[in-house]
Amino acid sequence: MAETVTETTVAAAAARQHGALRRKLIEALVAGLVAFLLSVPMFAFRTTDAPGGLVIESRWSLVAVLVALAFVGKLAFSFIDTSRLTSAAGRSDTVTSALSTLFNLIGPALIAFAIILPFLPFSDRYIMDLAILVLTYVMLGWGLNIVVGLAGLLDLGYVAFYAVGAYSYALLAQHFGFSFWICLPLAGILAAFWGIILGFPVLRLRGDYLAIVTLAFGEIIRIVLLNWYQFTGGPDGLSRIPRPSFFGLEFKRFGEGSFHEFFGLDYSSLHRIVFLYYIILVLALITNWVTIRMRRLPIGRAWEAMREDEIACKSLGINTVTTKLSAFAIGAMFGGFAGSFFATKQGFISPESFVFLESAIILAIVVLGGMGSQIGVAIAAIVLIGGLEYLRDVTFLKVIFGEDFDPKQWRMVIFGFLMVTVMVWRPRGLISGRTPSIALKERRAIGSDLVKEGHG
Amino acid sequence: MPQAATTSEPILRVEHLTMRFGGLVAIDDVSMEARRGEITAIIGPNGAGKTTVFNCLTGFYKPTVGMITLTRGNGHKFLLERLDDHVIARTAGVARTFQNIRLFQGMTVLENLLVAQHRRLMDASRFTIGGILGLAGYRRAEKAAVEKAAAWLERIDLIDRADDAAGDLPYGAQRRLEIARAMCTDPELLCLDEPAAGLNPRESQELNELLLSIRNDDGISILLIEHDMGVVMGISDHIAVLDYGVKISDGTPAEVRADPAVIAAYLGVEDEEVDDVEAEISS
Repeated sequence: MAETVTETTVAAAAARQHGALRRKLIEALVAGLVAFLLSVPMFAFRTTDAPGGLVIESRWSLVAVLVALAFVGKLAFSFIDTSRLTSAAGRSDTVTSALSTLFNLIGPALIAFAIILPFLPFSDRYIMDLAILVLTYVMLGWGLNIVVGLAGLLDLGYVAFYAVGAYSYALLAQHFGFSFWICLPLAGILAAFWGIILGFPVLRLRGDYLAIVTLAFGEIIRIVLLNWYQFTGGPDGLSRIPRPSFFGLEFKRFGEGSFHEFFGLDYSSLHRIVFLYYIILVLALITNWVTIRMRRLPIGRAWEAMREDEIACKSLGINTVTTKLSAFAIGAMFGGFAGSFFATKQGFISPESFVFLESAIILAIVVLGGMGSQIGVAIAAIVLIGGLEYLRDVTFLKVIFGEDFDPKQWRMVIFGFLMVTVMVWRPRGLISGRTPSIALKERRAIGSDLVKEGHG
Repeated sequence: MPQAATTSEPILRVEHLTMRFGGLVAIDDVSMEARRGEITAIIGPNGAGKTTVFNCLTGFYKPTVGMITLTRGNGHKFLLERLDDHVIARTAGVARTFQNIRLFQGMTVLENLLVAQHRRLMDASRFTIGGILGLAGYRRAEKAAVEKAAAWLERIDLIDRADDAAGDLPYGAQRRLEIARAMCTDPELLCLDEPAAGLNPRESQELNELLLSIRNDDGISILLIEHDMGVVMGISDHIAVLDYGVKISDGTPAEVRADPAVIAAYLGVEDEEVDDVEAEISS
């Protein structure tokens, strides 16, 4: 009797297993089918130049490889035990605390590295330009982090404030002849002002609605810049934006009062780049310092409390209107600083520099870094901006994919794949935990499962 | 007006309060008062409109009709139905807790209590600029705020968990923390929406002691919505009973307990007494 029972259970288990296998196979087939449908229009046909005009060349073998990859990949994923994945999620707290202690050490190390970077032997023009670009995005990420990470207000139009800062500097310098150092605070103030202007209509909006309106705001600014020809130069942009000077010493080859003459150096175009590099480094570090200070002040705690629970904030006498507006204004102000730096670095600006993709990249930096985490945002900016550049000439991939592999064409694919991987591995960003702003005895990181992302 | 011979001016006077949501009348012409230094309870079956009264008091709803007057200890009067929610908490000195706990879960216990002291710290930080520069005035204010928070944590027995996330606390501790957070705003009237919900008998006994200590030691008036009769009858000085948005009884716990209308509507009646009670009500 007992044996029959065992036999039936075994048979049932076998049948269950059989069914599970069948389900996994079907899922993998569906994935393969989707991959097929997607890759036919993208990869199957290609036009090539041939004598006598364009020729359509079919690449069915590539499609077959992609479909096979999707099928095998899905099948492999379905065999990974889901229970182990959940236990991995439980472990993520220890991973978080380990990562954050590691990053606590990385922070000062990164700053030290950034300070000595221009004097390192490998720092050529290309490296310095890239470093300036990365630092600009670090600063923008830190600025947006105030709005999105701390106050929990999803802003998809952050690039608008970047544009306001850039155009403020360019126009003020052109019309009134103000120098960079006077225009920098003015540009920040103007951007903060526009932050408040945007803040008012969106005070009552939350979540998706807020995101859409901020997105529209970003586009409005860009389109106004594009069409107001008399004022902004429209698509022609503004050129001949003055360069910043080092205490009145200009970075020019000839003439009185130039930097290299004063210090008795030989002229080098790198001087100006290094100077710009230190300007953006200082600006970014100021942004970081102010944000860290603000987090420990009542205003910063009110931002985070508002992200956690707006109604509770009101019941404690916190004016959520001014709190939201202050988050918008201060985030926008740092965007404005970065914009005015961008204008002086480029010497030329046009609306094309302030498209939605920029907002999306800045937001991706904040989300990838872990909302609210300063060091996470910095690392994400280095990975996203620096990594994307690095992918232009990765040589080791040629070893894998053969000599004729062109990384330039594949870098966006590789980049997307890396983003997806990071988001699967750490859905709340690289540094997802929250460090308390104050502690009675010891500061312990708070797991990401408790920290809210904000809903408005 | 009720005949209550008060020794002091009532801290809260609600007159002809009516709240309509479209066609639904949630509260219908309710008048009541809470006396200074007393614990006043609002009880009633589910859906009687108790929380709606609270939301009108604390500015989360604007009442359709009615006047809510709050008199502070220094004689200042506030018409709560005209003020915004955060102004009520800030200037009128009304603090509240919520039926479903609304703590800042991702922030530590200590941070929760510091957010409650936002206004004083904000003033001390001189529009944040003084705080960023680290002026001594702000550092002093922050130290005082942390000390105050620590004192409250001692009182609610959570001092050892000050640096833990509020969301990690057990349920009963979260309830106590929410009360402490409301008290950190320096209120004169503390409004508690079902503070004993979900507590075990020992915890609800501790809650009784905490509320009595807030009334006796801090001199704070308390307005309380509660289902737990042990809490209500044990500590209230005065009880108002709502049913279907109408006030059906008002008085001391002993009076309310004996009121047949309350027994019929709220506490339930024995089968054989139904006729008697109905006759008494209709008379």
